[in-house]
Amino acid sequence: MITAGVDVGAKYVKTVLLEDGKNVLTRANGIVGFDVWKSATEVFEKALLNAGLKRDQIAQVVATGMGRKAIQKKPPINPGEIVPEVIADAKGAYHLIPTAKTIIDVGAEEGRGVKVGENGKVKDFVINERCAAGAGTFIETMARALEVGVKDMGPLALKATKAIPMNAQCCVFAESEVVTLIHSKVSKEDIAKAIHDAMAGRIASMVLRLGVEKDVVLIGGMARNPGFLPPLKKELNTEILVPENPEYVGALGAALLALETEGQK
Amino acid sequence: MSEKSREFWRWREYRHTQPDMDWHEAKMVTAGVDIGSVGSKAVVMLDGKLYAYSVMRTGGVSEETAIKVTNWALEGTGLKNENVHYVVGTGYGRVNVPFAKRTITEIACHARGAHYIYGPTVRTVLDIGGQDCKAIRCDEKGKVMSFLMNDKCAAGTGRGLEVFADLIRVSIEEVGKVSLNVTKEPPPVSNTCVIFAKAESVALLRQGWPKEKVAAAYHLAMVNRIIDLLTKVGIEKDFVITGGVAKNIGIASRLETNLGIKPLEPKLDPILAGAIGAALFAKALYEKQIGLR
Repeated sequence: MITAGVDVGAKYVKTVLLEDGKNVLTRANGIVGFDVWKSATEVFEKALLNAGLKRDQIAQVVATGMGRKAIQKKPPINPGEIVPEVIADAKGAYHLIPTAKTIIDVGAEEGRGVKVGENGKVKDFVINERCAAGAGTFIETMARALEVGVKDMGPLALKATKAIPMNAQCCVFAESEVVTLIHSKVSKEDIAKAIHDAMAGRIASMVLRLGVEKDVVLIGGMARNPGFLPPLKKELNTEILVPENPEYVGALGAALLALETEGQK
Repeated sequence: MSEKSREFWRWREYRHTQPDMDWHEAKMVTAGVDIGSVGSKAVVMLDGKLYAYSVMRTGGVSEETAIKVTNWALEGTGLKNENVHYVVGTGYGRVNVPFAKRTITEIACHARGAHYIYGPTVRTVLDIGGQDCKAIRCDEKGKVMSFLMNDKCAAGTGRGLEVFADLIRVSIEEVGKVSLNVTKEPPPVSNTCVIFAKAESVALLRQGWPKEKVAAAYHLAMVNRIIDLLTKVGIEKDFVITGGVAKNIGIASRLETNLGIKPLEPKLDPILAGAIGAALFAKALYEKQIGLR
């Protein structure tokens, strides 16, 4: 049986097509445009095309992500169910790393911490969806201030020679602080490190409210950023596991939930 | 400057001297220098009365700005630095006023300055600056009783308004007026964070909302946030607004409507409150120094 998970994020749509809850047939993603439904549909159809499948061959679809309501009850995706991100995150991460107890998901506009119980069920969670300084947008905004590509930010931070503090906690204020640091001749590498350190500090303090239990797993787009992992490990004082394709974990979880939904029929 | 590269956040810098006053007749010449995160203000007072002032944008180096803004306030008056008996520094960059004998927090200075500008009936001072927002309760002498401050988040500060003015390409001095150009108040922008609120505003503009309506939604969200702060500290009449954002009619009028309390009309430029407070503290400190107190 083939199921699909569609994760309609703030910035990207991610889709996973899954066979029998085991084999990932294909993954596809695309940027979320003005019309969220259209962006999600395009990504979904790209995935079908990749796998050489048609919509009616997908037994069940579950959607998640902050834009999930834009595709609810709308063909062609017409998901059988929509679920909050934390549920999909827990399911997907537990499937990939069964020892996972704490999941940290940092996306473009939200940061989440999830405590996972038996069989990938959510025990508790914390979310920041109100402040850009605790999400990927922070790194993106700072990259613009530094005039560096967003993908170069992490590698740049790893080349830093000094640890300098950032005082601003707000994305808007941090932008001005970065400009001030540039003017006072601090190297871009050191500034990039300061940016990642500050962000890791904020995510860590959010997750610490939840309590950290091993194994800790980092997912979401920020898990791709090599500059973010070292300060986060340091702040939480623990090893952190990152699965392959960390940005697809929510979509994978949704596809697994789709199989469960279908099995209950 | 071309329309495209115009900086909509940039406001006019200015200075003023009271024409009917003569510093030669003054016993005490004191100055207050308020180095804010966005704007810097210097005032010169003669025996505790406002004589000259200047307002300019804070530059990259606070020390330089402190010297520039003070020199500008003195410009044309014939006063020299050495004629000023006592200088107090305040504001975010107060430690960087090289010629200040003392520094005093902007909270104390704003309460004291509001007392001077609006009179002894002031009990609640709302100061909305470039990078912070403070709600201050004070007594009949202008002494601080309690306060609450947001200096962590750009939402509800002048900087948040600057970002928005740039987005809709309306001058920061006009954006408040523009926001009132609606027949009915729209629902407020739902995001608190300036970054997210900006993205939400873009989406509203794309949906075809006129910029006046988006401006109204943005101002309203900001006002709601400021009211949260005011409610926490407790609001008692008389109520006044100081700081640069006090000049934004879109904020001031919505505060009045939604609080149901009319703020007192300022008799002087409300951006000067902090610097005036500092200059008054300077006078008191100088009196103490020469044994008058």
